[in-house]
Amino acid sequence: MEALISILFDGLAYAMLLFIISVGLSVTMGLMGFVNLAHGAFAMVGGYVLVTLMTGYGLPFVAALVIAPVIVGIGSIPFERFLYAPLYKAGELDQVLLSIGLVFVTIGVVTFIYGPAPPAIPMPEFLTGQVNLGFREVPTYRFFIILIGCVMMAILWFAFERTLLGAKIRAAVDNRRMAQSVGIDVDRLFVLVFAIGSGLAALGGGLAIEIVGMSPTFAIQYLVFFLIVVAVGGLGSMGGAFVAAIVLGVLDTAGKYLWPDGGAFFIYAATVAILLYRPAGLFGRAS
Amino acid sequence: MNATVKTDPTAELRNRHRWRPVEALPWLTAFAAFALLPDYAALGTQIIIMIIFALSMDLILGYAGVVSLGHAAYFGAGAYATGMLSALLGWNEPLTGLLAGGLAGGALGLLSGLVLLRYHGLTLLMLTLAFAILLQEAANTAAPVTGGFDGLQGISIDPIFGLFENDLWGHHYYWYSLSILFLVFLVARRIVHSPFGRSLVGVRENVRRMNAIGTPVFGRLVAVYTISAAMAGIAGGLFAQSNAYVTLDVLDFARSGTVLIVLVLGGTGRLYGAFLGGAVYMVLEDELARISPEFWEIGVGLVLIAVVLFFRGGLLGASDALMRLIRGRSPR
Amino acid sequence: MSAALQLTGLDKHFGALHVTRGVDLTLEAGARHALIGPNGAGKTTLVNLVTGMLTPDAGKVSLNGRDITGLGQAERVRAGIARTFQINQLFRGLSALENVVLALSEREGIARQIWQPAGTNSAILDEAMAILSSLGVGADAGKTISGLPYGRQRLIEIAITLALKPRVLLLDEPAAGVPSVESDVILDVIAGLPSDIAILIIEHDMDVVFRFASRISVLVDGGVLTEGTPDEIARDPEVRAVYLGEESHG
Repeated sequence: MEALISILFDGLAYAMLLFIISVGLSVTMGLMGFVNLAHGAFAMVGGYVLVTLMTGYGLPFVAALVIAPVIVGIGSIPFERFLYAPLYKAGELDQVLLSIGLVFVTIGVVTFIYGPAPPAIPMPEFLTGQVNLGFREVPTYRFFIILIGCVMMAILWFAFERTLLGAKIRAAVDNRRMAQSVGIDVDRLFVLVFAIGSGLAALGGGLAIEIVGMSPTFAIQYLVFFLIVVAVGGLGSMGGAFVAAIVLGVLDTAGKYLWPDGGAFFIYAATVAILLYRPAGLFGRAS
Repeated sequence: MNATVKTDPTAELRNRHRWRPVEALPWLTAFAAFALLPDYAALGTQIIIMIIFALSMDLILGYAGVVSLGHAAYFGAGAYATGMLSALLGWNEPLTGLLAGGLAGGALGLLSGLVLLRYHGLTLLMLTLAFAILLQEAANTAAPVTGGFDGLQGISIDPIFGLFENDLWGHHYYWYSLSILFLVFLVARRIVHSPFGRSLVGVRENVRRMNAIGTPVFGRLVAVYTISAAMAGIAGGLFAQSNAYVTLDVLDFARSGTVLIVLVLGGTGRLYGAFLGGAVYMVLEDELARISPEFWEIGVGLVLIAVVLFFRGGLLGASDALMRLIRGRSPR
Repeated sequence: MSAALQLTGLDKHFGALHVTRGVDLTLEAGARHALIGPNGAGKTTLVNLVTGMLTPDAGKVSLNGRDITGLGQAERVRAGIARTFQINQLFRGLSALENVVLALSEREGIARQIWQPAGTNSAILDEAMAILSSLGVGADAGKTISGLPYGRQRLIEIAITLALKPRVLLLDEPAAGVPSVESDVILDVIAGLPSDIAILIIEHDMDVVFRFASRISVLVDGGVLTEGTPDEIARDPEVRAVYLGEESHG
């Protein structure tokens, strides 16, 4: 029983990480239909920017966790304008190739600057050790991540469902041409969504350093999982990404604990099964 | 162009399949490469294997327009089939072993294609990716049979025709793979020039119109997917034979990604793009990745971005444009 | 003698939207039948139901007495139905000739051939040229579709359907998007189509409709308002009311 709760907890923390990184990808793919395999690279860059902010500029962890996403979010805009925008009407192949190319360049640059070894960052005192939740003691950092994940979900949900901007985004995801014809500036909307998505990915990357570790191969290593969360959850569905991330995170963690030799198998089998049955994802809309 | 001369508009279609002198170029290059750089025969064999793999990819991607991120699944199936035949069952005859690799790839292609090809777009991308990874995990779990993470050992292939063994310099295997490439290429070339092959182009260009002229699209796609998977299996089988060693890498996403890059670099839908892309990529990788892996990676990335944004036809497309420029006509 | 095409009680919903309401329509062999109605009446949806792109919720589609409601698109084409699309659906990167050749290859059943080069099928190449010439676009045979003016592309779209030797031909706004200098050519071509083919044409341009059709069905809100000869339709007060204020679009 103890082990089960541990697995659940670790799985949830991992799930929140996946969610925070993948939700941006889900919305941008749902909005522009652009297959962006470089999303993991933005997460990775976020992690490394955080490392530099802390080790190079001496910023505390939480402050860096706020600043790094902003830097990456704003920094992603020129990429969107000059590399991605020309390909919105192109086929999947072009988009896949462009984003893979971007990943390679990013990995090469990061390896060149930081080297291939995983970087280390000084964690603040209050996030180490265990925290007492009343009925149980749990690792503080994982609890921290779960908290942030839930807070992010709440903020995003509120912004999506209750604000005018959110309504515009939902309209554009639902039917881009219709949204354009009622006067919504979809292109500008997209830049905003892209920047926020990349920023969130960076946040996830920063959080990931102490949980799964960071390295130049992070962008590709975890890419499959981000894509699975998006595809299984359904393009453009935040709730779908949340649910898919939880399922994936818990299943993967459980698989690794209970069956170290073949645990990963379940994730991919589950993904294939879900996509065969519901090609548009659990919460996606069949076009 | 002299306006009074009547040209038969059907001439181009009638003669498209005829051999042109320039098509001897790849084979002459292969001969010359061996003559000038015999020490690189082993690399040459691996280049040839990559070209066969890329040819198989061109059939589904370049001609039928099916984008797959998991084509290594069939390469790996062929590699393991050929390898296990030797390592586990002691069947070491190379040609039948290779055939087994092709059959394994083809069978897997048929079964998976019947399921996968009902989907398209992102879903297909994800399914092909997940399928290949699934296969890799399965191979890992089946370690007693496949060798798992440590790889399949004990592969020992008999000399070809009882005469030509895989010698230290790799000379025999160079000619062996080149012959296989030639045969595979002949088949691929016939397919793409046939009415079947042309209908694949139709599916790629406008599947809605294909449906509206009565094409059983699904059946066509499954057929070409199976053939392509069999070819990939042959490439995998050659890989197992030439390296006498098979690891989980043969099913890797990196392998699927690399063949995609190679084909796009060379130019899709031309068959010869596979030759050009394969040769250029692997030679450059051999030279540059050794010097600085990071800069090689950055270089590949930049080239990819450049190809997508500016050089849509890859190297072949760029050389076509150059030829047109030289001949004085404006590039279309 | 069964009709070339018979639609009985065709019905279709998109969620809560009732897009086709119990449509009955009969086309005899050689018919020249026009389908008119305001925008959004469901004309293209009806065509999609006939060709098999959509499955009806209820109703029957019969071709020469044979029930084809359960057949897929490709099978219906082979049974003898062909259509043009409102927006050209051509193989834009291929030549006009090859566009027609692909259709002929399917019709002749040789598209499954995997070994013989396509260029050796002389009969098909000749027939493709003949079809293009008969529509007056023989000179464009070797040219790529994307380089041709829209009006000529439209003619090639029609050429493809003729290549299929259909018994029933559905033309979805054949002159739409074509500048008026070119649309006359298209209309002449349509007027000259073989008299044994049953043709259903969707049109907005009343001049075209009255020139071409011997029978007209008026579709409003997914249902057939009325059907009759051009004279009857022209005098029908209900039809007038539907079109009141709507000038014919050129």
